[in-house]
Amino acid sequence: MKTWNRRKSMLLWLVLSLFFLIIITVSGSLFSEAARTTDFSRKNLLPCFRYPFGTDWMGRDMFARTLKGLSMSILIGTLAAGISAVIALILGLCAATLGKRADSVITWVIDLIMGIPHLLLLILISVAVGRGLKGVVIGVAFTHWTSLARLIRAEVLQLKESTYVRIAGKLGKSRWYVAVHHILPHLIPQFAVGLVLMFPHAILHEASVTFLGFGLTSEQPAIGIILSESMKYLVLGKWWLALFPGLALVLTVVLFYLLGENLRRLIDPNSVHE
Amino acid sequence: MRSEREKEITERAVLEIRGLQISFKQYEKGFRQTNLDVIRDLDVTVRPGEIVAIVGSSGSGKSLLAHAVLGILPYNASLGGEILYNGVVLTEKMLKKLRGEEIVLVPQSTAYLDPLMKTGPQIRKGKNDRKSREKLDRIFTEYELDLKVQELYPFELSGGMTRRIMNSTALMGNPKLVIADEPTPGLHISAAKRAMGHFRELADLGAGVLLITHDLELAIETADRIAVFYAGTTVEETDAKNFRSCETLGHPYSRALWRAMPQHGFEPIPGTQPYVKSMPKGCPFGPRCPYFTEKCTEKPEWKTSGTGRVRCVLSGRTGAETGSRCEIEWQQKER
Amino acid sequence: MGKNIFIFTGKNLVRMVLLVIAVSIAAFALMTASPVDPLQANVGQAALGSMSAEQKAKLEAYWGVNDPPVQRYLTWAKDFIRGDFGVSLQYRQPVADVIAVKLKNSLFLMVTAWILSGVIGFVLGITAGVFRGRWQDRLIKGYSVLISSTPAFWLALLLLMIFGVWMKVLPIGLSVPIGLESEGVTLLDRLRHAILPAVTLSITGVSNIALHTREKMIDILESDYVLFARARGESTWEIVRRHGLRNVLLPAITLQFASISEIFGGSVLVEQVFSYAGMGQAAVTAGLNSDMPLLMAITIVSALFVFGGNLIANILYGIVDPRIRRGGAVQ
Repeated sequence: MKTWNRRKSMLLWLVLSLFFLIIITVSGSLFSEAARTTDFSRKNLLPCFRYPFGTDWMGRDMFARTLKGLSMSILIGTLAAGISAVIALILGLCAATLGKRADSVITWVIDLIMGIPHLLLLILISVAVGRGLKGVVIGVAFTHWTSLARLIRAEVLQLKESTYVRIAGKLGKSRWYVAVHHILPHLIPQFAVGLVLMFPHAILHEASVTFLGFGLTSEQPAIGIILSESMKYLVLGKWWLALFPGLALVLTVVLFYLLGENLRRLIDPNSVHE
Repeated sequence: MRSEREKEITERAVLEIRGLQISFKQYEKGFRQTNLDVIRDLDVTVRPGEIVAIVGSSGSGKSLLAHAVLGILPYNASLGGEILYNGVVLTEKMLKKLRGEEIVLVPQSTAYLDPLMKTGPQIRKGKNDRKSREKLDRIFTEYELDLKVQELYPFELSGGMTRRIMNSTALMGNPKLVIADEPTPGLHISAAKRAMGHFRELADLGAGVLLITHDLELAIETADRIAVFYAGTTVEETDAKNFRSCETLGHPYSRALWRAMPQHGFEPIPGTQPYVKSMPKGCPFGPRCPYFTEKCTEKPEWKTSGTGRVRCVLSGRTGAETGSRCEIEWQQKER
Repeated sequence: MGKNIFIFTGKNLVRMVLLVIAVSIAAFALMTASPVDPLQANVGQAALGSMSAEQKAKLEAYWGVNDPPVQRYLTWAKDFIRGDFGVSLQYRQPVADVIAVKLKNSLFLMVTAWILSGVIGFVLGITAGVFRGRWQDRLIKGYSVLISSTPAFWLALLLLMIFGVWMKVLPIGLSVPIGLESEGVTLLDRLRHAILPAVTLSITGVSNIALHTREKMIDILESDYVLFARARGESTWEIVRRHGLRNVLLPAITLQFASISEIFGGSVLVEQVFSYAGMGQAAVTAGLNSDMPLLMAITIVSALFVFGGNLIANILYGIVDPRIRRGGAVQ
């Protein structure tokens, strides 16, 4: 028997990505001060040993700013995705358990939300709620739950057909009791995977909305702000302002993707034979 | 050294399978990888002109046998043992030429047909030349299928049509070995026997037919020989006519199957087939066998028994002994 | 048979109309909830002077501060159906005119990207599915994952940096050259300015369709009918050509029609980076400046495109899939 197999490497990837994400988040919040410090004696520096990502036109350390921005994006993204996943869980459960009418209303709402392009809906919500942290979190939370809700609904419908749930119903347990005690526990794996796989989308959308000017204000070094500012200096040849923060963002999103994908494959019963 | 008899079998057999093993890799308890032996030790021989039935309970992995012969096992399966075709070990290279031509599979349902392709072109494998069109028309006429059926999609076929169309796929080649995997699912025995008539015709033309089924009654009625498959192993290979009475059966499991038939008492076999992961040592039927002895924990060898062979340490004794065992088994049941 | 399709289409059309109405209500509700008073915000900004009293009165009536929201919505809807989309506060032109120009620019971009990403994604997906687990698959899957993890606006910045700033082969921004009257703009100019945005959008669009086609292709190759085809001696290439393409095409087309929403979202970002005067840029401008009539119209138009895409996909299924076409059984 081999001591090293694919399952183990999946677990390794999962742990590694989690580890790096935690490092980014924690170190980012330690750099809060450094990210804001301006020093005109060191402005527009190319990447070097001391400032690996260079400095900007105000002499701010881009490495510190990028890490801070990423950690903010991660926190906002996970918060919004968390809320979104809970919405998905509740609505998915309701659609599948509360009868036909509730089901058609919820599927209708899902179709409705999917009908407006995500980014446009985010703009609309930002208009409604106002810009800033609140707008972004509400916007991302409100737009990302639809596909997970669909998955959960389908799963619940399937579970409802299983023998033990039917017997519980025949024994006179209330619909809500059955939902909480017999259905909910089976949804946890799928919910967890859905939640983690929602993170990359949430972070990308947070960055995008902020980039467009609807999210966090320019005082906060959010990754979207950093890249939006860098755009103005791009024509002047200051490529490092856009390149490294963007690469770091891509890396972060990939890490989240790896986390979710490996979690899914470890949990998925169909991958037992891989 | 192989005996004369074995040599003779090999020479005459169109298909000979010796000690076939099929296993899958699987993870258990999270991270430990183990091999799951679905088929452990399968032997069967098919000679030209005869129908051999492999009989085993549903879900025992019999279909994998068909896939193994055709070399179409899933990527995560590994194969052991020997498969000989006309006395030569089957290689991937040979199979490329033989598949669909000399060795044909007849599957069980329309799920094996492309749902978005009309039946005619599908049976012709996309070929549209005059020769193959004429050949198919001829087959359809022979099977009393309307030529218009070629223009239908699989979902539009009736059950009877499906059966005949499945058979007609076999005739598009020049079959020497026909493997029929559960070809009569859900059919009543009289209808199933009629459907099996087509396989008899193929056999009469000189092809060997391997019938894989869970239906012992069908096998007795239509096959020449029967191989009894239990928990990944063939336990007995004998003439179908030996299944007419209990006395002519060598293996306790065969006799138990016999008694489980409706006309012989409908008596269920106590216990359940062991799961692949917790296979007993030696004879797989041991834990359920009324004659279980210490000797059964060693792997039983093939023994000649009448016109067939059996894998049981007790067999090969006098017929009278077996007869008395049947008597005892009957009496136990009466009580 | 023909009747079936008719009923099927009718049902879908009704559904689509209801959904568009619902979208308009939702969008209207969101804007009503906005803390920014559009009139005050815009009129306060020097725009007041340039606006005629008539315009002001109309705006006031439009966003009638004193009317209840339901009544305001109904007034808006009545005008909208009559083709009067209102006046854009930002562009100070009728919304219909603004949309017409921007939509034309955007459509050019989006259609190109839609077709390119669809075709390339489809081919890549099939290749990955057929070579599952081999290097081709790893490469395509890795590329798709990387691209789907890359924000469209950053990719746009990157391309801008490479082709616009360093190599100076393609223009940096704007959908037409600066300083030219719109009459003087040639098709070639237009093309040159649309290349980078279109390429960016195409690249980002590929990953989704490629990954889905790959999954579907793997499902098909593991199906019983492909197993049987292999048992009948068909080679991998024959199987892909005969059974794979046939079965994967329909879901892929459906997905591509459903991806209109994503392409639209992508174009918002890409147009912003390249200062391309399209719908996406207009949406951002309208959002940032609380230009409610324009934002409403953009929302409705984009929803029409999205639902229209879904509708076409559904009808296409009905026409192409024999199980629906001949059986009338919609699963």
